[in-house]
Amino acid sequence: MKETAASFIAKSTIKANDLEHRRKINFNISRYNAVVPQGKQQFADVMQAREHAKNIKWRAIETLDQQLEEFELQITKRGAKVIWAEDAQQALDEIGKICAEKNCKTVVKSKSMVTEEVHLNHYLESKGIESIETDLGEYIQQLDEEPPYHIVTPAMHKSKEDVAKLFTEKLGTQPGLTPEQLTLVARQKLREKYIQAEVGVTGANFIIADIGGVAVTENEGNARLSTAFPKTHIVIVGIEKVIPSLTDLSLFWPLLATYGTGQKVTVYNTVLSGPKQPGETDGPEEMYVILLDNGRTNLLKNPQTREALYCIRCGACLNACPVYKNIGGHAYGTTYSGPIGSVITPHLRGLNEYKHLSYASSLCGNCTEVCPVRINLHELLLENRHEAVVEGDSSLSERIAWKAWRQASMNRKMMNAGNGKLKNWVVNKVFKGWTTYRSELNFSQKTFNEMWQEKNK
Amino acid sequence: MSARERILAAVKNSQPEHTPLPDIAFLKEPVLASKEQFATIVQAIGATIFFVKDITEVKEILQEKFQQLPRKITSIAALAGIADVNWIAADPHSLENVDLAILDARLGVCENGAVWLTENEMVQRVTPFIADSLAIVLTADKLVATMHAAYEVIGDSQYGFASFIAGPSKTADIEQSLVLGAHGPRNMFIFLIH
Repeated sequence: MKETAASFIAKSTIKANDLEHRRKINFNISRYNAVVPQGKQQFADVMQAREHAKNIKWRAIETLDQQLEEFELQITKRGAKVIWAEDAQQALDEIGKICAEKNCKTVVKSKSMVTEEVHLNHYLESKGIESIETDLGEYIQQLDEEPPYHIVTPAMHKSKEDVAKLFTEKLGTQPGLTPEQLTLVARQKLREKYIQAEVGVTGANFIIADIGGVAVTENEGNARLSTAFPKTHIVIVGIEKVIPSLTDLSLFWPLLATYGTGQKVTVYNTVLSGPKQPGETDGPEEMYVILLDNGRTNLLKNPQTREALYCIRCGACLNACPVYKNIGGHAYGTTYSGPIGSVITPHLRGLNEYKHLSYASSLCGNCTEVCPVRINLHELLLENRHEAVVEGDSSLSERIAWKAWRQASMNRKMMNAGNGKLKNWVVNKVFKGWTTYRSELNFSQKTFNEMWQEKNK
Repeated sequence: MSARERILAAVKNSQPEHTPLPDIAFLKEPVLASKEQFATIVQAIGATIFFVKDITEVKEILQEKFQQLPRKITSIAALAGIADVNWIAADPHSLENVDLAILDARLGVCENGAVWLTENEMVQRVTPFIADSLAIVLTADKLVATMHAAYEVIGDSQYGFASFIAGPSKTADIEQSLVLGAHGPRNMFIFLIH
């Protein structure tokens, strides 16, 4: 077994039995579940809105090269610089170069999964640059030296008591602060950093081809401050995030808000299309947009998995997934967790190393049911399993087991061989894997064939 | 070949054939803007709304309720007596201690309570986000029913920076409990002139 797979199974086994962890996650997800139906009320017809969104992304991905060139052309006209990066290292090198040029000591970062994907914080630290997460959830995770647990709610696995304790340990605050007080502490600490930082780094929720814009949505205002104060603003974004037109946001803003947090629309929805213009008094002097491939063209090349590029990273499939709810976001060992993570990670980082994630699913289809852009997630998980087998990545024992199963199933005599007791013994005692977490199987004493013959006598 | 050329070539070689999209009619019925709906939703997302007749009444309310706030700024000339108007060219960092910023908005969206501000209304990009409280003056004829209608209005205009703002800054990152005032304004007031 691969090390990644072994580590995944070990971590999930521990987490699945951690009742306190399950309690916190179920509590937090239940609050999400309570508000999403309210958000959905704003759509006259939710299903139609979702189909419409899928169509927009479909068209965007179908014409991705033109969309990207149009985006580059338009935003360059307004003075931003576009940089293309094939992989994480190229992206990091470019950011490193910009920071060195600006003599940067402090970077303020607003929440961005792509920066997690390329491990930006780690890289900046290695260059002696302080990198501060400004989203409250990310700030908490950074204090605790943990990666984000969830793509929308980074500290979802922590209770308010956990956060209060963490602040006491790391920041020396009074013990037992309330969420209001804790938020105020972070607000004050981070204000100093916005002013101090030479460079602000953000992701993008969408990049808009027709006007050459970068769209950023948030509730806290940290991304706003991270892009307004520092003299240099760097956006790093996956190439699949493109939408054709500014007007498409009228659908995507509300859709992302509702499926992400249950809101009608988030507090701040901003479109940035370039640095400070001549005659303007405020805004960054320079703006860079890094367009990152890092395996996305692999997904695009594959006609089956291509639609995974429609994802708008709302996190709904994580919240809906019975596996995620029990093993949590960290067990996956990947930047993108939950069903979407299990679908895309094998293509971004190697099928052989990450195919095991495709089996971390009950195939209940709830992820597909809740996806705002209607990605067939559970079918894509099956597709990944299929591809792993076709590419010869399945294990020898698995291949033998399926061969034997196939032979037995297609042969009436073998099906009828042995009685129920023997079958019980084989499954429950010989293959102990079955009974580790399950009650014993109890086969019928009569075979189906015997029952059929009796009935039709 | 540069990274740009290689990525674009990879994209081009991997793209699917152009296919017609399924036809789905969207929003057939026009929806009418309603200031009552706007007010209800604005309050639900944590802001306070004042219905006023004209800018004089805005002035009166500001004087009555916000007299005590030490630093008030505005970009609205008619409010010059009440708040500072001489900050247009100031260093944005000096706005750090603003208690109340009073700004115009381009439009308001009834279905979700968001108001649209471009750089023109903000004056400085950071203004509506750094102030402790934000007050917006909006005339009722600038209300539109839906986000779709809003984008029809703003779709063609040119600006480098603009934002939809829906209520005060908030977070629910700690145990999903809602806290107003994460990094941006802790209060938002909307004066709707009708």
